[in-house]
Amino acid sequence: MAMNKIRGAFAVPRKGETFELRAGLVSQYAYERKEAIQKTIMAMTLGKDVSALFPDVLKNIATTDLEQKKLVYLYLMNYAKSHPDLCILAVNTFVQDSEDPNPLIRALAIRTMGCIRVDKMIDYMEEPLRKTLRDESPYVRKTAAICVAKLFDLSPGMCLENGFLEMLQEMIADPNPMVVANAITALSEIHEAAPETQALQVTPNTLRKLLMALNECTEWGRVTILSTLSEYRTSAVNEAEQICERVAPQFQHANPSVVLAAVKTVFLHMKLVNAELAKNYLKKMAPPLVTLVSSAPEVQYVALRNIDLLLQKQPEILNKELRVFFCKYNDPPYVKFQKLEIMVRIANDRNFDQLLAELKEYALEVDMDFVRRAVKAIGQVAIKIESACERCVNTLLDLINTKVNYVVQEAIVVIKDIFRKYPGYEGIIPTLCKCIDELDEPNARAALIWIVGEYAEKISNAGDILAGFVEGFNEEFSQTQLQILTAVVKLFLKRPDKAQGLVQKVLQAATAENDNPDVRDRAYVYWRLLSSTSDSNAARNVVLSKKPPIVTTIHSLPPTLLEQLLTELSTLASVYHKPPEQFVGQGRFGADAVQKAAIEEQLQNARENPLAAAAAAAVSGTAPPQQQNNVENLLDIDFDGTAPASAHKEPNGGVSGLEGLAGTPVRVESPAAGAPAGSNNLDDLLGVFGDSGAASSTAASAPPNGGAGADLLNGFGGLDLSGSSMSSPPPVPGPSQPKKTNEDIMSLF
Amino acid sequence: MLSGILIFNQKGENLIFRAFRNDCRPRLADIFRIQVISNPQVRSPILTLGSTTFSHVKHENIYLVAVTKSNANAALIFEFLYRLVLLGKSYFGKFDEEAVKNNFVLIYELLDEILDFGYPQNTETDTLKMYITTEGVKSAIANNPTDSSRITQQATGALSWRRADVKYRKNEAFVDVIEDVNLLMSATGTVLRADVNGQIVMRAYLSGTPECKFGLNDRLLLDNDAAGPGGSTRGGSLGGGENKMGVGSAKTRAAAGSVTLEDCQFHQCVKLGRFDADRIISFVPPDGEFELMRYRATENVNLPFKVHPIVREIGTTKVEYSVAIKANYSSKLFATNVIIRIPTPLNTAKTTERTSQGRAKYEPEHNNIVWKIARFSGGSEYVLTAEAALTSMTNQKAWSRPPLSLSFSLLMFTSSGLLVRYLKVFEKNNYSSVKWVRYMTRAGSYEIRF
Repeated sequence: MAMNKIRGAFAVPRKGETFELRAGLVSQYAYERKEAIQKTIMAMTLGKDVSALFPDVLKNIATTDLEQKKLVYLYLMNYAKSHPDLCILAVNTFVQDSEDPNPLIRALAIRTMGCIRVDKMIDYMEEPLRKTLRDESPYVRKTAAICVAKLFDLSPGMCLENGFLEMLQEMIADPNPMVVANAITALSEIHEAAPETQALQVTPNTLRKLLMALNECTEWGRVTILSTLSEYRTSAVNEAEQICERVAPQFQHANPSVVLAAVKTVFLHMKLVNAELAKNYLKKMAPPLVTLVSSAPEVQYVALRNIDLLLQKQPEILNKELRVFFCKYNDPPYVKFQKLEIMVRIANDRNFDQLLAELKEYALEVDMDFVRRAVKAIGQVAIKIESACERCVNTLLDLINTKVNYVVQEAIVVIKDIFRKYPGYEGIIPTLCKCIDELDEPNARAALIWIVGEYAEKISNAGDILAGFVEGFNEEFSQTQLQILTAVVKLFLKRPDKAQGLVQKVLQAATAENDNPDVRDRAYVYWRLLSSTSDSNAARNVVLSKKPPIVTTIHSLPPTLLEQLLTELSTLASVYHKPPEQFVGQGRFGADAVQKAAIEEQLQNARENPLAAAAAAAVSGTAPPQQQNNVENLLDIDFDGTAPASAHKEPNGGVSGLEGLAGTPVRVESPAAGAPAGSNNLDDLLGVFGDSGAASSTAASAPPNGGAGADLLNGFGGLDLSGSSMSSPPPVPGPSQPKKTNEDIMSLF
Repeated sequence: MLSGILIFNQKGENLIFRAFRNDCRPRLADIFRIQVISNPQVRSPILTLGSTTFSHVKHENIYLVAVTKSNANAALIFEFLYRLVLLGKSYFGKFDEEAVKNNFVLIYELLDEILDFGYPQNTETDTLKMYITTEGVKSAIANNPTDSSRITQQATGALSWRRADVKYRKNEAFVDVIEDVNLLMSATGTVLRADVNGQIVMRAYLSGTPECKFGLNDRLLLDNDAAGPGGSTRGGSLGGGENKMGVGSAKTRAAAGSVTLEDCQFHQCVKLGRFDADRIISFVPPDGEFELMRYRATENVNLPFKVHPIVREIGTTKVEYSVAIKANYSSKLFATNVIIRIPTPLNTAKTTERTSQGRAKYEPEHNNIVWKIARFSGGSEYVLTAEAALTSMTNQKAWSRPPLSLSFSLLMFTSSGLLVRYLKVFEKNNYSSVKWVRYMTRAGSYEIRF
């Protein structure tokens, strides 16, 4: 009966619902009141505004029914802000409850008080908090410990004045492990919000207590303690040894987050212990890491991303475990992609046979994205392991023979990279040239044209092939056009007799009929070079110069970033492979100053036309700093008029400075997602800015070398916005980029 | 840490919205709905928009979402969400939209208890059930101060998983060794990957605070205590096998039937320090059923079934199958519920099957021929021959040939060869207890390519 009524609340709202609820809330029968409270909470969940019922709900706060009390408290937490004055009426009950003989009720009272974020409430919190921090029940103490962090969030001054911080620090010595864990949790939160308080200082004494509590507290407490231990920087070898020794048993815990936290702690402290011992620990952490791969897919994903980081630092740890990373048919795609990456990292000259057979199997599956990555992985193995190259090329040829369109295209792109590393495979060029008509992607076409140009002297019909491309020059994508230009010039330099007419034609088409500045510029440069009379070898030296061989196509993070990310293991940063500043707003703890600044900004926004301002900022790309912040605020979904959140984000130099300037929304998608670049699927909220932002970022801020150049130049090739950082730098702009810039720069002189 | 927990149904309706911090706003629910639920392109469980991160897990027909604003611990978030699913299942039997709607009050209560300010607290089902109860059983104990102080003692104590005053007239402990054997076999019949994920589930009905010691035929342990009670008698099925680990005396032990466990994971009641030092599993068990440990074994895996599929595509209109399956275990044992799923091309129009045992049926919705054998005794071999007629299609696309998969359960057999050597119970009352052990092997992902 009651069930049906509750479910009824999910139905279409009837007329005068608030009225009915109010009648229920003040009913003379207890059960009716309770039911009405439940319905009110239900309406609240559905997003209806039931704040008007505040006084009536409040009347039900004094009850002996624990369940009802909890519901009223839940309501209070949600709507306290809308009726700050009325909250005072609840204070009495809270204070009474915090002295109740029942520890559950005491804890509930103090827990809820901390969540009612009303200034007036804070004044009444002092006494109950002081009492509960010294409560006899550990359950109440552990709740009070967290409450100190809540209070600090609301009013740091009051928290410090009343000595709560010191009380919290004393609680590290509490006999109950859970209280210790929560005290650490609260302290580290305060420490992070306000480092100047020095809230959490690990001394040898506290270290001992932490290690002791570690073995006894709940799994979540262990995670807290382990992350504190991992942040602790010691220089004493014996301390590091002690930490490793005590933490290593946690590798065997059933909870994956404990295992990862333990791995992180040992990994970071291992640097100090002697090499022999460190090797031992590395050996010890391998099996638990492998076990993580059989957990739930989402956990597995986090684990895989972390394993990827660990492998970049310590490539040998999982040498023997290749098979574990074989993809299952029904693994979700994000797991499959990550497994591919890891398999390539583990590949060595003993296991590549097995790996290649497996990759070939994947390349015959139906998921197009996965197949492409599998083909790419084959190329990465070839370039990583010299002895595997021949097998890889054969595998790729097998794949080309399947005639599946996207497999062929990807295979050609990959083979181009192999040519750049190993000479001696020219024999397969005729096979490649046979596929010429099937290629419809710019990358694949560009790759094939590059091959034709590079080996023009060995391909008898190179002239005919290129002539075909020159024919449709103006219909090609610009990256293909660039390759056609270069290839034709190469052909001309190698066999001047055959390509005289062709080179004329292509230069004409590129300069006169093309409106892409990159293509035009390159054509002009070639034209100059070729017609230069002073040095007849100039063109030859530039265009046919010896190319630096590529070392690897496996994407690796820059060392400094890697070091930073290793200290962030198992956090979101480790999943994104990006430093946390890139996706976490600054000042998220809503300090007063930030709140005020945000409110002022909001007012100013209201005065001006916010849309126009933002759009202008986005388009001009050189907005003054203040306006820029407005843009950020508008784009940040926190910004909802009532109380602006902490989204006071400053463009943090280097990588993200670019986005800040252009006003592009920082949308971080998990790298495996491989979403189409940037902002085209932003929701209506962001759409306006998204589009203009993305457009202007290429138009206004990209250097003439093309979009990818910007990333490459600042050395963070993997950190581009689009989230495609998982893959190696995009095939053509990537491997051939150095060559291209080389040529361009050299030709300028 | 966590800013809020949200639960959605498949339509994107917000069923539960619990904010733990000030920065979790109601409108975030809309953003999640737009960006994830109604966006078919999402292929990742984590999405960050602005500075807000949504991490979600899908269970039955609901989405469980954690909202964070900081660089939170991703592993912890997902593990917590799965724990929430587990809690939901143990409270409501099934954790789906229906259950959430019917029990939303209880779910709010639970969330209030297991998270404080976004930090996970105690999530042990048994402990929580003592003071957060479903409507039928009124929480009389929770309202009684003395009882609840006992509860809270336990909820935070060093033995947070066990009450002190458990009493049974008959002291019993049941140990179930359950192994999931995973196989990936290539089309040419080579084993690409074979390993075992095992779990040991215990049901303890023991009085007082019993201290248990548990012994397996774990190779490292056997090497350690040379004086241990004599090895097992099941050496035969293990065979010598190669000896990758190369631990000193390991080769002699392998013959005596010990097993190399690649890795073990224990319930939080197990003293990890003890295990790390001398590989002894000692613990004070929770009352009732719990998962004592999980382990992984990759060496000398016994595959209970050998499958030989022959699949021929004849032109573009017909596929011929001949699948032989042989049981590779003692004839005294028998497997139950053996189900073989044989993939068919997407454009299959009709199939005909003949089997030497069991029943085969075409399931068009899964593109499978499903062959069921209710009882499969050891040593026997059965064959299925089938033919799938295909409709012709305008754009002929290659058939991806998903692997053939198997499921079964087989009692009194462990693929890894693992055996329980002893379970000792020490309690201050010194009662005698009865212990039972049961073994079972199931198919994990048992896939054969063709």
